[in-house]
Amino acid sequence: MKLKRLSAAVLAASLFPVAAQAADVEVLHWWTSGGEAKSVAELKKMMSAQGVTWKDFAVAGGGGDNAMTALKTRVVSGNPPTAAQIKGPAIQEWGAEGVLADIDAVARAGNWDKQLPPVVSRVMKYKGKYVAAPVNVHRVNWLWANPEAFKKAGATVPKTWPEFFAAADKLKKAGIQPIAHGGQPWQDATLFESVALGVGGADYYNKAFVKLDKATLAGPTTVKVFETLGKVKTYIDKGAAGRDWNLATAMVINGKAGMQFMGDWAKGEFTAAGKVPGKDFICTDAPGTQNAFTFNIDSLAMFQQKNPAAVQAQAKLAATVMSPAFQEVFNLNKGSIPARLDTPMAKFDDCAKKSSFDMSAASKGNKLVPSFAHKMAMPSATEGAMVDVISQFMNSSMTAQQATERLARAGAVR
Amino acid sequence: MSGSSSQGSLHALADRWLPKLVLSPTLAASLIFVYGFIAWTGWLSFTESRLMPRYEWAGFVQYQALFENERWWTAAANLGIFGGLFILFCLLVGLLMAVLLDQKIRAEGALRTVYLYPMALSFVVTGTAWKWMLNPDMGLQKVVVDLGFTDFTFDWLVNPDMAIYTVVIAGVWQSSGFVMALFLAGLRGIDDSIIKAAQVDGASLPTIYRRILIPSLRPVFFSVLLILSHIAIKSFDLVMALTGGGPGNSSDVPAIFMYQFAFTRGQLGVGAASAMMMLITIVAVLVPLMYMETRSAKRV
Repeated sequence: MKLKRLSAAVLAASLFPVAAQAADVEVLHWWTSGGEAKSVAELKKMMSAQGVTWKDFAVAGGGGDNAMTALKTRVVSGNPPTAAQIKGPAIQEWGAEGVLADIDAVARAGNWDKQLPPVVSRVMKYKGKYVAAPVNVHRVNWLWANPEAFKKAGATVPKTWPEFFAAADKLKKAGIQPIAHGGQPWQDATLFESVALGVGGADYYNKAFVKLDKATLAGPTTVKVFETLGKVKTYIDKGAAGRDWNLATAMVINGKAGMQFMGDWAKGEFTAAGKVPGKDFICTDAPGTQNAFTFNIDSLAMFQQKNPAAVQAQAKLAATVMSPAFQEVFNLNKGSIPARLDTPMAKFDDCAKKSSFDMSAASKGNKLVPSFAHKMAMPSATEGAMVDVISQFMNSSMTAQQATERLARAGAVR
Repeated sequence: MSGSSSQGSLHALADRWLPKLVLSPTLAASLIFVYGFIAWTGWLSFTESRLMPRYEWAGFVQYQALFENERWWTAAANLGIFGGLFILFCLLVGLLMAVLLDQKIRAEGALRTVYLYPMALSFVVTGTAWKWMLNPDMGLQKVVVDLGFTDFTFDWLVNPDMAIYTVVIAGVWQSSGFVMALFLAGLRGIDDSIIKAAQVDGASLPTIYRRILIPSLRPVFFSVLLILSHIAIKSFDLVMALTGGGPGNSSDVPAIFMYQFAFTRGQLGVGAASAMMMLITIVAVLVPLMYMETRSAKRV
């Protein structure tokens, strides 16, 4: 099937060398699941409306690991795709390899600096020039709750950590697993960063996990974060080890568990099960993180093209990705929210509306922070070392003090 | 006369060159794709390579980073536990099954197939199947609890201290049938007259096995040890499917470590260094074994 498409493309290219190259974009991505594939199809439609042929380069699996391997071979062989789904500091790492294209002209024409929160646009730039276009924003510091379970236990949805533990105790007494969790390293890190933001606040989070300040990482706040996490750990069942995140979400959906800490892709599981936000499930900020926002942004990084026609097609792609029409339709399908602050939110559900509102507020209040569990905040080597420490803490009897020391050491890994 | 002699010299020429000609493509391929890439990996482990290969000499920094990494030592210790127990139990179980099957029993062919069959599955399938069986919520533990033994717990899969042992169980299940087949072939290859002579001397069956048959399986032991130790050191798929290296990093092994650092964490240099350490481990097991084996062969 793929081979056939490839050979068709080769044939077309050899028959009409100019026409075919004039307007081709090849985009490497791993949006292959149902809602995601629908979102990509929209982009394809918009590009062909502008006379640009879309060459799909989808590599499924491994949370993008497979796609990155494919991308490396293509770049090494001197034949990079037009754009690739790369996010966060990895954009900087690719920029340092000297292979990314400068799309600053498109960005200036589209006034991107105004449309995007400064924290977001900084991620999209390498050495002050735009090299990538943001596609969507996921909020990570969500707490998902089952209202039925809370009613049964006589508990209220918590806003602070003390309230959280009180609610968890009530749920436990009612025979409901308080927290649904999947014991995979990235999920452990997702839980950790929500706790860190809730306990330490946005300033602490920035200093510790974005600036990687050693004194802050080794300081008393981190100890407190680990102490809280250690307490949260006791409300997780033993079967969590290795559980996939969507299975944990299913536990909240069917009332087996009361709450889950997970990014807003969990919403897709709820809506797929026919649940309505606000009625059948509750989306709220993780305890203590009101008005703060940890973001996980998907973006398309642009690669240098030799052919001038390809450069033009690339510029069209970048402009389309940032257009309000695309941002709306893509995110309606994907469950995330637009990166552009001025996109109309009327068609979105309540959780997405809250998310979008919180993002603007957080951006103004300097509480918009990158999620490090989702590779947005630090180099991948540092992130990996930190996640190792966190999941080790979750799965051993390490004390908060020891964990803090090791986290500070991990923060020095580059 | 002259025709036949030229034909003869052509034959001689073909005899001399044809084998070399036929073997040269495979030789060239393995030189490049095995030894060439080993050398390349070795070179990368001495560079500053991060996301992509960069050829700037950096000395031993990557090895230093590797040895300072606590996770590497977890992985190395797990390899020791897994490798040691996996080889030991495969040998014991395989040998026992071979000896029992050797008793001229009925339906031997069918039984042999039953024991050998797990080898036909890939480690990924084995890992996934055992993951379900060992899962406390739906596998073995649940079955026994449902039978009425409510105190029964078997949660090694989700217990950080025990997870690596579940990998041993699955690995032994998969590979001991293969070891059995090798031993059985070895047992069948032993001359009957030796056994008959021993029986005439009045030796009992266990004595015959202990003193004569098993010692004469020495070359088979050598091959089995070689195959098992290198299955153990490169093991990746079984652990990945069964525990994913978890809970946490508690069942991490060097191959998973290597993959993650080289390909998903942008630390190609550290990954290459860990790959070299795995190679060195294999060489360290192999060289003494081969030395011992060639020396004893000369003595005979």
